[in-house]
Formats: sequence, structure tokens, C-alpha cells
Amino acid sequence: MENEISDATPSLVVTTGDRGATFGIVGDWTARHAATLEAQMESAVASAGGETRAVTLNAAGLGRLDTYGAWLIERLSRELTSGGRPAHLADLPARYHDLMEEVSQTHRTPPPAQRGGFWLGDALDRIWRSTTGLGHSFEIFLNMLGAVGLAVLRVLAKPSRFRLTSAVHQLDRVGWRAVPIILLITFLIGAIIAQQGFFHFRRFGADDYVVDLVGILILREIGVLIVAIMVAGRSGSSYTAELGSMKMREEIDALRTMGFDPVEILILPRIAALVIALPILTFLGAMSALYGGGVVAWLYGGMSPTIYIARLQEAISITHFQVGMIKAPFMALVIGIVSCSQGLQVRGSAESLGLETTTSVVKAIFLVIVLDGLFAIFFASIGM
Amino acid sequence: MLAPTGDTVISVRDLVVGFGTHTVLDHLSLDVYRGEILGIVGASGGGKSVLLRTIIGLVPKRHGKIDVLGVDADTATIDEQRAMGRRWGILFQQGALFSSLTVLQNVEFPMREYLTLSDRLRREVAVAKLEMVGLSAADGDKFPSELSGGMTKRVALARALALDPEIVFLDEPTSGLDPISAGDFDALIRTLQQTLGLTVFMVTHDLDSLKAVCDRIAALADGKVVATGTVETLRNASHPWVQTYFRGRRAPARA
Repeated sequence: MENEISDATPSLVVTTGDRGATFGIVGDWTARHAATLEAQMESAVASAGGETRAVTLNAAGLGRLDTYGAWLIERLSRELTSGGRPAHLADLPARYHDLMEEVSQTHRTPPPAQRGGFWLGDALDRIWRSTTGLGHSFEIFLNMLGAVGLAVLRVLAKPSRFRLTSAVHQLDRVGWRAVPIILLITFLIGAIIAQQGFFHFRRFGADDYVVDLVGILILREIGVLIVAIMVAGRSGSSYTAELGSMKMREEIDALRTMGFDPVEILILPRIAALVIALPILTFLGAMSALYGGGVVAWLYGGMSPTIYIARLQEAISITHFQVGMIKAPFMALVIGIVSCSQGLQVRGSAESLGLETTTSVVKAIFLVIVLDGLFAIFFASIGM
Repeated sequence: MLAPTGDTVISVRDLVVGFGTHTVLDHLSLDVYRGEILGIVGASGGGKSVLLRTIIGLVPKRHGKIDVLGVDADTATIDEQRAMGRRWGILFQQGALFSSLTVLQNVEFPMREYLTLSDRLRREVAVAKLEMVGLSAADGDKFPSELSGGMTKRVALARALALDPEIVFLDEPTSGLDPISAGDFDALIRTLQQTLGLTVFMVTHDLDSLKAVCDRIAALADGKVVATGTVETLRNASHPWVQTYFRGRRAPARA
């Protein structure tokens, strides 16, 4: 029986009689037809404008009804009533009384006021927020630096507190497992620098100086910078994501309530692992890049390996090597502090985890480059 | 109590599900009838949630046949399977709200995907759903991370009901709620089931909610359904686990 009725297309049939208008509710008033019904409803309300007599909503022809249809009927009745035409619903099939009753309870309180939009105010507000945000992120960085410093002092006072197992595990992840990719990338960088050097220096017969270029550039700047950027992208991002998801699952709160310091347990081993791993990776990377430069010098520049090594010995001094290596642990510290502090900034949503991970990598790479610039000034002024 | 009308909406036959060497469900058969609230009980780790997740297609089965609303997931076309998303609603144990969307957007999400509605109507119906589960329109702008456990469950229920589904699956709807909130939630499920004519498939541990809302209970033990019926029937069931469960110290005193 229900099927026979539901074959009828749903509609709102308006008839005007002596005792006022009747809106016939016919067919299936369900979600699928809600859009068409809404349009019909609006035109029915509009067409009978100016009328003030009561309206009967006759639901005798109703097929199926769901929340969508019930709300449309309720809305129709409220719109008519508030427009000065008292409406009442008649002949609603008994099985839908509960639903209609339930739906009529909703939307009784006015919706919360929408905040007025003012684009200039919003724009200024955004500028102000991002300016203060800059100061805030510096504060977060300093906070974490201080917390890590304190944790280091506590560990120095009582070395057994240091999480050696965790640090070794992290060292394996960020150091040992990063070796292949670091070797490959720095090899290619060394080769590219040498190739470009030969290509351009050859025009004025300065082939020999390519070795100086490769040696000094790699040991002083490029080696450590490339490795630091790789590590920021590879390990910094994973630190942020790990700590962020621990924060989301309240693991960090759990540690804190058990009386442990998350900085000491989670963050210090991670940063220690980075500070140890980055100089080692830098050294390996520099060697690999020099090797790459040598291979290109031999195959492309026609310089035999013996001459390459002899020229390298003349061109570079231990100072260049030291300059590169001294920078490495500081860069590791910056990457570690930034990635861990961003991880703790994660809030409840998955989106914020992604956002903080991105921020962490961008910020770490930016700071690594700024730090490199500061070191360049520093080493220049002390004559290294 | 509603008598089973004989109209089967979910039919599970000879279902086997396992992970590795561990068999969780062992030749299990179960029917769910239209318009009833079926409660599934069983020991922790006994496969209640696995059964639910297998029926909705999240866990692969090894053997057996599952028909939901006359559609067998094995033989159904992609379109038929997709269409099921409109016909059932699922309340996950942890709510599974989309954390980057507000409460209102969470409820609107399935409507936006499956229905063509005007923005105004979609918003109004979403707010109506929120109010039907006992929240207010003002809660709509909150993010899931700002909600309490009880509110999360309510929002998840509102989202599960967004499309006026025929079947609602509830995975431990009252777990983590205080007894008063749990009682309210039970009453809410009952009311919504009656007004919307839902079939409810509910996995629960909560004896009170079993008593309060379920028309029929299926007890799961040893990977099988060992007893079905009302609380009274199960109290007299012969299976030792069922006896302990319904007569144990934590069972409510006989009404």
C-alpha cells in the first residue's frame, strides 16, 4: 500500500476554498526530493501573499516522511504563521506523529548572532596576529631551549637519569639509517659543483682552481648545510609528528602526571642523538662530496686522481674542515629544538599536526641558514 | 517490546573471521529484523566489535555470507556498495569525528556528499539533528577537540543519523559516560529509533542499556552466537559465560 502512494511525485498542492487555502502535502517528503519541495514551498508561500486567512496543511496524501520532509513541513507552518496566516497540520498519518513532534521542538531558540565581517579590520587583525605570532614563536623556541638546558643540568648532576637506550635508538634512526641517502646526495652535489667549475673555469684556463672551489665550498659551507637541511626534512619532521601525535593522545600529559619530565624523557634523547649524528653525517657527507668532485675531475675534467688529491692537500687546510664541523652540532641543536617544540604545539586536530610539521621543517631550514650566515660573520671576524 | 516482524535487514551466515592463526568469529550466524534494537554482548576481545566491523565491510572475512538490506557486499557492484553509505549510519567507539571540521560541518558532511540541498536547508536540518540529539545550535561551531566525551558521542550520533539511514550501528555508545548520561543516551536512542523507524545494531557492555533499550540481545562467546532473546531469556540460558554475565555480581538485581 505504501508503495502505491510513494509512486506519486511529492508536491505541495495549493487549493483555495471558501474557508481559506489548503496546502495538500502529497507523495514522499524525503531527503531525495527536499530540494524540489523547498522550491515549491517558497513559491507557494510567495504566490499567496496578501492572504490573511488560515491555512490547512493537509497531509492525508503523504507517502513517506523523514527528518528532511518533516522539517520542511514545520518550516512551512512557521513561515505561514509568522506571516500572519495561522497554519495547522491535519490528517498526518499516525506513524509520523512522533517524528513531527520531535522536529517541531527544534529551532526554537534563535541562532547565535553571526560575527559581522569587516575586511579591513580582519586584514589588520591578521597582520597584528602574525606579528605577535613571530614573537610568540621566538618565545616558544627560547622556552624549549631553556627546558632542554635545565634537563641537561639535571642529567649532568645525576647521569643515571639519562635515557641511554632511547638516545641510542634515536641515533640509529637519525644517524645510521640516514647514511645512504646523505652519501648519495652529497656525492651528487660534489659532482655537480666540480662539473660546473670545470665548465666555466676552463674558458680562462683556471682548471686547477676547480679543486680549491670544490674543497673549500664543500668543507666550509655546502657540506654541512646540505646535510643539515636533509636532516631537518628527514628527522626534524618525524620528531614533530611523533611528539605531536603523543600530545594528541595525551601520552605527554600521562608522563607529566606520573611525575616525569617529558623534556627529559622524550626530547633530550632525541636532541642528543641529533647533536651526535649531525657532525658524523657532515663528515661523511663532506668526504662523499669530495669523492664525487674527484670522480668528475677525473672523468670530465681529465685530472688524474693523484693530481686531484695533491691539489686538494694544497688548497684546503684543517681550518676549513674545522669551520664546517664546528657548525654541525649547533645546527643539530636548532633543528632539534624547533622540531620538538613544534611537536608540543600540536592541538587536537589532524590538521594541526600537519600544520605544525610543515612549520617545523620550514622554520628549522630557515634558522639553519640564518645560523650559517651568523657563523660566516663570526669566523670572518676571528680570521678563520 | 517489538516482536520480530520477520523482515530481515541484516543476515549473517556461517561467518568466519580471523587474524593470523587466531580465529575470532567461528561460523557465526545472526539475523537482525527491521525496526528492532539488537544488543550484542560478549567478553572483551570476544569479537563484538569485529563482528560489527565485518558487517560494515571494514574487516575482511574468511568465509560466510553477509547480506545487509538485501545487498551482499561480495556480489554488489561498486555503485551498490557506495549506495550503502546512504542507507546506514555508524557511530564509532571514539566518535571518529573529522577533527578539522566543526561539529556542524561534521553533521553536514554526508548531506553535502549525497544530497542536493540548498545551503539553508542543509544547515537547518543539521541544526535540527543536533537539537534532536540534545545539543544546541551554539555547539555547532565548536571543533571536536573542544568537546567532552558525552558531547562527542552525541555529535557522532547526529552524524550517523544525518541521512536518515535505515540501520544505525552503534559501537559501545555509552562507554565512557557516567550512568546518568548513559541513561539519557539510551533514552535518546530509544526515542530516535521510534521516531525515525530505525533498526539499531548495538555493541555494548552496559547491562543497564541492554535492559533499557534492547528488544533483543545476542550473546557472543567462543566466536559464536550462543544465545539470543530478551534479558529474561538470557538469564535462563545454559551457556556458562552468559549465566555468569547476567547473574554475576555486577548484573543488576532482578527487576
